Amino acid sequence: MSDFDPDLLSAVAPFLWDGLLTSFGLLLLAMAGGGLLGTLLAVMRIAGPRPIAALAAGYVNGLRSVPLIMVIFWFYLLVPLVIGRPIGAFTSALVAFVIFEAAYYAEIIRAGIQSVPKQQLAAALASGLGPLQAYRFVILPQAVRKMLPILLSQSIALFQDTSLVYVVGLHDFMTAVSVTANREGHLVEFYLFAVVIYFTLCFAASQSIQFLNRQPVSP
Amino acid sequence: MTISAVRKASPIAPASVEQPVTIEITGISKSYGALEVLNDCSMSIRKGEAVVVCGPSGSGKSTLLKCVNGLETFQSGSIVVDGVSVGDRNTDLTRLRSRIGMVFQHFELYPHLSVLENITLAQVKVLRRSKAEASEKGMALLRRVGLGDKAGCHPAQLSGGQQQRVAIARALAMDPIAMLFDEPTSALDPEMIKDVLDVMTELAGDGMTMMVVTHEMGFAHHVADRVVFMDGGRILEDAPSSVFFAQPSTERARIFLSKILRQ
Amino acid sequence: MTYRWDWSVLVSEPYLGWLLAGLGWTLLVAGAAWVLALAVGVTIGVLRTLPNRAARTFGTAYVETFRNIPLLLQLFVWYFVLPELLPAPIGNWIKRDLPLPEYWTAVIGLGLFTAARVAEQTRAGIQAIGRGQAMAAAASGLTLTQSYRYILLPIAARNVLPPLTSEFLNVVKNSSLALTIGLLELTGQSRQIESATFHGIEAFTAATLTYVVLTTVVIVALRAIERLVAIPGLMARA
Repeated sequence: MSDFDPDLLSAVAPFLWDGLLTSFGLLLLAMAGGGLLGTLLAVMRIAGPRPIAALAAGYVNGLRSVPLIMVIFWFYLLVPLVIGRPIGAFTSALVAFVIFEAAYYAEIIRAGIQSVPKQQLAAALASGLGPLQAYRFVILPQAVRKMLPILLSQSIALFQDTSLVYVVGLHDFMTAVSVTANREGHLVEFYLFAVVIYFTLCFAASQSIQFLNRQPVSP
Repeated sequence: MTISAVRKASPIAPASVEQPVTIEITGISKSYGALEVLNDCSMSIRKGEAVVVCGPSGSGKSTLLKCVNGLETFQSGSIVVDGVSVGDRNTDLTRLRSRIGMVFQHFELYPHLSVLENITLAQVKVLRRSKAEASEKGMALLRRVGLGDKAGCHPAQLSGGQQQRVAIARALAMDPIAMLFDEPTSALDPEMIKDVLDVMTELAGDGMTMMVVTHEMGFAHHVADRVVFMDGGRILEDAPSSVFFAQPSTERARIFLSKILRQ
Repeated sequence: MTYRWDWSVLVSEPYLGWLLAGLGWTLLVAGAAWVLALAVGVTIGVLRTLPNRAARTFGTAYVETFRNIPLLLQLFVWYFVLPELLPAPIGNWIKRDLPLPEYWTAVIGLGLFTAARVAEQTRAGIQAIGRGQAMAAAASGLTLTQSYRYILLPIAARNVLPPLTSEFLNVVKNSSLALTIGLLELTGQSRQIESATFHGIEAFTAATLTYVVLTTVVIVALRAIERLVAIPGLMARA
């Protein structure tokens, strides 16, 4: 540890920075894709006819019983097969994250909507609102307020999970740190550096969510 | 179980001056920051007396009651129960509490234990009674509150009124020197209130020392020896119940009474 | 690209043995990590509810630390960093003489990570009980320890059974991260078979189905336990 040259960090900084950008890129795209697919699945489960709802339920429960690493391996193998040509680790990892996170987002969204008491729907319908209006103006605003902090927390978990692309060698921040640490022979310093970075980012994010959560409901 | 009759002829009554003071509250004040919850409250309860504390919601009456067994802390003043100072740092609060029974607005029976287990737990764990002795005592008390057949039930299988009577039995099982009641009927449906009040009336008739926070003015009028009226964290009146109802001395008590009796 | 199917690879030696060994390691890692996670997690969760600022602060610090660092990085820290930071004799012992270093690292890393999540569930389970129960216990003269032992924890245990089920499933799934430090559990073995035979789909299917079966067994078993300890008169969980 004593022979660690501080200049080394600045020398490898661009490489690590690129890794961090890759992590964030994965995070944002997976949030967007997973969020869209997850919403679709939640709607299928709540409002769909029985076979559709069962299909969505099967998707959600199936994905949630498999380790993320397994899913990453699956798509690393499958995506090139399906497309018919080699494709970068980033794309296959992104597909894996979208497919995987959608299952978790769907569960959160469904639970959020179903946590609004049924009487609220009855009250909205009784006041003459149509079903879509009832959802738009009464149910969803309440549901979103309940699920937003959970969705954001799940996204912090997702950010930590992006480190798992290590297993397919995609250079996210974690992998970049690991590669550098081994190349330079300074495992202790670089891994502790990664601890500081991940902790700072995730702690700041989770504290912000808690802060938002404490704010009074805007009118 | 039909002792809704007037209590005036209890064995110890009239609660005479000779009886020793069981609960002595002197100059209690408590505040949360700028919010004053209790302001210089003083009152005392003699052995065998039943005293009702009433007043509008937010008047501090429940807080004052919880100060008596140290469930709430206070910043100044003193409370002495049977010669033991509640606020004293050296007081064994746990031991003192085991000698004071308390009944809560929402019963607070332990949901995972049977009715009988609710009554025997503290007997066994705190008073170190044998299981057999505790069960025997518990069964006797259950029969006394009219629930001898419910010993094996779980609290959630009982009505609110039945749960509250179990809670009273649970408190009595510890052979308390005094009983605290925190709005014992406020969470009950009207048809169940009478069963609970009957038990409390019988208890008062037996000479139990009682401090009762309640809105039940019938109980206050006919059963209690004295009524203490609170508003805004202060004790405004402390009078024999007949005097309080016939001639409240403050305007606020008059308004309170007229509102609550009109219902 | 064309794919040559051959499901027989799954039942041929040595690959069947690999899969079974993988399943064995998955269960061993998950089982031991879960014991550690429960012991540490319940303790930390209780600390966070105590009327003692130092205890609560310690509990919060634990949870925030272990929750805000990726599990993969935590494993690497336990495996690569910790032995270097410990006093030389202990560090050297870990590096040279500790039997099954990958296994114990995975158990400790996964266990302490999961403990933070168990602690949060425990805290929530206790706080969901409401202040009245604690007051009633105190009012009847029970000490703080007795209140936890006889009232709060038994009720909380029932509250947290469902969320703890999913935490246990998380441990099973997260045990797959052990492959990154060289412990070939189920996922790692299926990956190994893929590399050796190029029959990834078959190998991954076998591993995936095994996880699904494991999950189903755990869920069914815990539903049964929930029914067994359900409090009469209180509605069972929907």
